[in-house]
Amino acid sequence: MRALVLLAALVWSLASAQAETLITSLSNHRVLINSNYTGTQIAVFGAIERDAQTVARATAYDVVVTVRGPRQFLTVREKERLGPVWINLEQQKFPSVPAYLSVMTSRPIEEITSVQQRQRQRIGLEAIVNSTDFTSQRDGADRPFREALQRLKAQEGLYLEDERGVTFLTPDIFRAAIPLPATAPPGNYEVDVTLFADTVILARTNTNFELVKTGFEEQVGVVARDWSLAYGLATAAIAIFFGWLASVIFRRD
Amino acid sequence: MQIYLPIAEMPVSVLLILGMGAAVGFISGLFGIGGGFLMTPLLIFLGIPPAVAVATQSAQIVASSTTSVLGALRRNALDHKLGAILVAGGLVGSALGVWFFAAARRAGQLDLVIVISYVTLFTVVGSLMLKESIREFWHRRKGGAVRLRRRAGEHAPYLGWPLRMRFYRSKLYVSVIPIIGLSLFIGFAGALLGIGGGFIVVPALLYIFRVPTTVVVGTSQLQIVCTTLVALILHAVTNQAVDMVLAILLIVGGVFGAQFGARMGRHLRAELFRFLLALLLLAVGLRFGLELVLQPEEPFSISVQEVRT
Repeated sequence: MRALVLLAALVWSLASAQAETLITSLSNHRVLINSNYTGTQIAVFGAIERDAQTVARATAYDVVVTVRGPRQFLTVREKERLGPVWINLEQQKFPSVPAYLSVMTSRPIEEITSVQQRQRQRIGLEAIVNSTDFTSQRDGADRPFREALQRLKAQEGLYLEDERGVTFLTPDIFRAAIPLPATAPPGNYEVDVTLFADTVILARTNTNFELVKTGFEEQVGVVARDWSLAYGLATAAIAIFFGWLASVIFRRD
Repeated sequence: MQIYLPIAEMPVSVLLILGMGAAVGFISGLFGIGGGFLMTPLLIFLGIPPAVAVATQSAQIVASSTTSVLGALRRNALDHKLGAILVAGGLVGSALGVWFFAAARRAGQLDLVIVISYVTLFTVVGSLMLKESIREFWHRRKGGAVRLRRRAGEHAPYLGWPLRMRFYRSKLYVSVIPIIGLSLFIGFAGALLGIGGGFIVVPALLYIFRVPTTVVVGTSQLQIVCTTLVALILHAVTNQAVDMVLAILLIVGGVFGAQFGARMGRHLRAELFRFLLALLLLAVGLRFGLELVLQPEEPFSISVQEVRT
């Protein structure tokens, strides 16, 4: 909290041309995965600073927090009927999409800003999934695949939008909780906070946190990657040892 | 109780995995099969990435089969000579299978090849065995002698081909050519489908070569240990998809299950044994068949090509 106040003071003294300044902070920049990790929650704190010349706004502020996980190359396939059987025919490639994507807002996103603005600035789950850089356009044929990706990811809790995800503690201070399910992969997570007032973007900040494996989990991963032959032989040896052990334990004579 | 899997990168319930290992181990010990065709779909159903599921369950097969082989050795219920030929042919067949696997993947229809192979293999092998065991039951009902022991001159013609070899333990004197053919086919199918091939070896030895039931299980397990061991190390080196934590959980559950399965298998009547195995294979074949024919609830599926870091 003290660091936050210091930061605020620093920004205050710099007094940029913009009327409002946004200061954000994460509860944790490095989330460690150990053997009993079952998902976690990251809190985002933010404060809005208004410089001396600016008069108070008539409308309240709105905040949108967007979190993007590590990138994945995905293929979405659709089963179709071919004669008596159902097989994968159509497919759509998504060359670089976030493995985890969540959007937290202070109220329903439709009320915060216009459709055009959302599409241009990639605000909201809908706008991100339907943007041109998400996957190639194919005259509307890509639409069901985008919807399927969003639906399947949402079922796993990896893509979500929460219109009550950001809470204002005072008119100028807010807080949001980012839920990370256990299936969210290790890697770098970008946190993008956008401040709105009266449908206009006032300020934007960008920060990130890292989800990393530690201790035993990390070592197993390193050994499996760098000494793969030794790792394979070790696993085989363990398997044979347990097999032998069981045959000794259960020996009847 | 949850535990985080370092390679699969997700937590699982320890008790659930132990239980699954025990259940599949029981079936594996009972019938002398690896059980990979049961474990892989179960793991994928839990949300474990398919590559990790296929690679890791092979460690469990190695463990439970080692126990079976050691038990069979002690009871002298294993034909070394027959086993060695099956292993040698199986390894050559595996190499061919791996090559065909890559070719089908390039063509983009690997899923289809796998599902159709599963359906055909399981349905054909299952229904042949079912027919056979129903006939046995029928004979018994009519009071006729159950034809378990072979009589002179009763062999199928291909068993009398050149290069005949004597297998004392299996009470066999047959040509090696059909045996090598069988082992090549098993290695091929095993590499293609990610299975040990025990469910093909067992019925083939039982029905084609008429090897005694007691020897069949031990010999098929010997073949499974060797091919799966090679597969496990190959998976670890090429795909880095073997999850040691998951493997140990499956093994601990599996070895206990396999023990009870093997013990029960010894008390099972031979006809009942074949009948149950036939039912199991048919059920699995039918399940894959339905998946192919029924309209899927969710026609779309996501597959991860690579993770960009």
